[in-house]
Amino acid sequence: MSTAAASASATAANLEQRRMPFWKRNQRRLAPALFLAPGALMFLVYVILPIFESIWISFYQWDGLSEMTWIGLSNYTELLGDPAFYTSLWNNVLWLVLYLLAIPAGLMIAIFLNQNVIGIRVYKSLFFFPFVISQVVVGLIFSWFYAPNIGLFPQITDALGLGKIAVLADARFVTYGIIAAGLWPQIAYCMILYLTGLNNVSPEQVEAGRLDNAKGWRMLWYVILPQLRPATFIAMVVTVIGALRSFDLVSIMTDGGPYGTSRVLSFYMYEQALSEYGYRMGYGAAIAVVLFLIMMLFITGFIWRMVITEREG
Amino acid sequence: MRFSVKTMMLGAAAAALMTTSALAGTITINTDTSDPGPKGAFKYAIDAFQKANPDVKVKWNVFDHEGFKSAIRNFLTADAPDVVTWYSGNRMLPFVDAHLFADISDLWSENDLDSQLKSAKSAVSANGKQWAIPYSYYPWAIYYRKDIFEKQGIEPPKTWDDLLADCKKLSDAGITPFAIGTKALWPAAGWFDYLDLRTNGYAFHMKLTQGEVPYTDERVKKVFENWAQLVKPGYFTKNAAALDWQDAVPLFVQGKAAMYLMGNFAVDVMKNAGLDESKVGFVSFPTINKDVPRAEDAPTEMVAMAANASNKEDARKFMAFIAKPETQAKMNDILGQLPVNSQSKIADDPLLQQGAKMLSSASNLSQFYDRDAPAQMAKAGMEGFQQFMAQPDQIDQILQRLESVRKRVYSN
Repeated sequence: MSTAAASASATAANLEQRRMPFWKRNQRRLAPALFLAPGALMFLVYVILPIFESIWISFYQWDGLSEMTWIGLSNYTELLGDPAFYTSLWNNVLWLVLYLLAIPAGLMIAIFLNQNVIGIRVYKSLFFFPFVISQVVVGLIFSWFYAPNIGLFPQITDALGLGKIAVLADARFVTYGIIAAGLWPQIAYCMILYLTGLNNVSPEQVEAGRLDNAKGWRMLWYVILPQLRPATFIAMVVTVIGALRSFDLVSIMTDGGPYGTSRVLSFYMYEQALSEYGYRMGYGAAIAVVLFLIMMLFITGFIWRMVITEREG
Repeated sequence: MRFSVKTMMLGAAAAALMTTSALAGTITINTDTSDPGPKGAFKYAIDAFQKANPDVKVKWNVFDHEGFKSAIRNFLTADAPDVVTWYSGNRMLPFVDAHLFADISDLWSENDLDSQLKSAKSAVSANGKQWAIPYSYYPWAIYYRKDIFEKQGIEPPKTWDDLLADCKKLSDAGITPFAIGTKALWPAAGWFDYLDLRTNGYAFHMKLTQGEVPYTDERVKKVFENWAQLVKPGYFTKNAAALDWQDAVPLFVQGKAAMYLMGNFAVDVMKNAGLDESKVGFVSFPTINKDVPRAEDAPTEMVAMAANASNKEDARKFMAFIAKPETQAKMNDILGQLPVNSQSKIADDPLLQQGAKMLSSASNLSQFYDRDAPAQMAKAGMEGFQQFMAQPDQIDQILQRLESVRKRVYSN
């Protein structure tokens, strides 16, 4: 084919393209936007707009029925002097820190279960079982476990000579008691994440490590763990978010009690805005905004790290 | 085909007209009567109403208690039924203020209810108008185990000193004097109500719940000092904060606890658990200050009409029907409670008869702490009571907190 002919056909193609309808010309550019549109619209209506609406409501005094009254930052100043808010905040910190124990615990169980013996699938599913049952059921099981008169836990502490400890009625232990209940399914979740991660550990590297005389802890720390980094990252994200939105267990096991000592921010928000004696929408919204800011702090951190690792990788 | 905004609006209007005409003669009733007793009572009332008014069709939706509390706010604004159950006193104020309950003062005057339902008129009145029909009320009292009292050789307490002596004796015999479960908070409020009513009297209690007296007042402190006389020696169920009121009933039934300050609705549970009248009796809360006239807690049950009701005419018929002496007699027979209508006959149950006598001879009836006080104050107050029962030494700090809540709640 001569060059002249080639350029002629190129011009022809060009002309052809110009004569094509708008859709055909821009299909490639528009397609992704169109595919994203339904999801983005949902996200806008159900996530983004409510966030701004909550921030807006937090400047008002409103019971959800009558007129809204603008009170500026009063809800926030009241929050600063509210002992219940600090209790909730402190409990949230406890949840965050202690919930992270689910990660090493999940890793240990995953390594323990990552072997080939008869019936290992059964054992794995048994360990995974608490994650499958609903949080409500987990809460109920643990409430009965802790129940002062009929529960197993007070019997155990009694046998150990500590007296019958009623965890859920005791302001000193109640939050730890609920976190323990929350850890049960969370450990199972982390375990599953690590089990899938362990499947992808390259046998060559393990073999190479063996040749270099790595064993036990050193093998775990220098060879296995670095390969599990993606799993650790996900486990971290779901655990932190899980800790921050710990609501169901508190609601089922104690209703925030005794005398409000086991509240967390999400529960306090619900209590103020929506529960039987609440309906202070503005104050509830102000708590929600604070919780949102804390979550943003963590989520931005995670996304930041994700972007960096993706650039490096 | 293209619709203009105008044709669409016309269409919507036509559709709305059609639904209204289809609904004529239908009333919708939403109740929170999911327990067998209340459900049976409403079933009776609705069946009897339909028999008397065959042209009216009743649509009845039963909600569970907790679900109803949040659902009512939505359905009263968005898709209003005609008649709803709700709580009397301060708990109905938000709906009155938001114009969601209909003013039915004329229904009261037309049906001579001002005299027949007089005893509960104030409980369903606000701004000088009536907003609901009270159909039932029930006494609170100290329920006690007759057999245990006999065995220990003690009498039901008439005075505070009697009570302390009885408690001491029971406690020495290894029996918890009082069963209680405060997880849901309100059972502790029953104690506060009675201690305040007996220590300072009804007038003071009303002033306190209406926010006119500070919680740091000496007279309020006195209430807690009396309470402490029972809390500190351990006369209540241990770890009550982890128990619901039903969880404490087995202790009473098994004889591990001898008394229970509760509403009349607990009798049903106790009877179902195997206690009969030979074993359960009740006594009015003992006198503390003999200069104070005896008042009792007696919460009222009521039905209200939605302001946005679609069939007000038939809804009013139903409300008037609920107010009738015969209806109330039968409903309360099923409920095991007391009819509000003064012309109704009270069921033959001996405990109920005794309760009726106790209430009719009382100087005043209060509704209950969480109905007399506004919701936010009630919540903070009841949490304080729960804490006091676990940590009586923290009382100054608790009262200070309640006082700061009082200042905020009543200033709005």
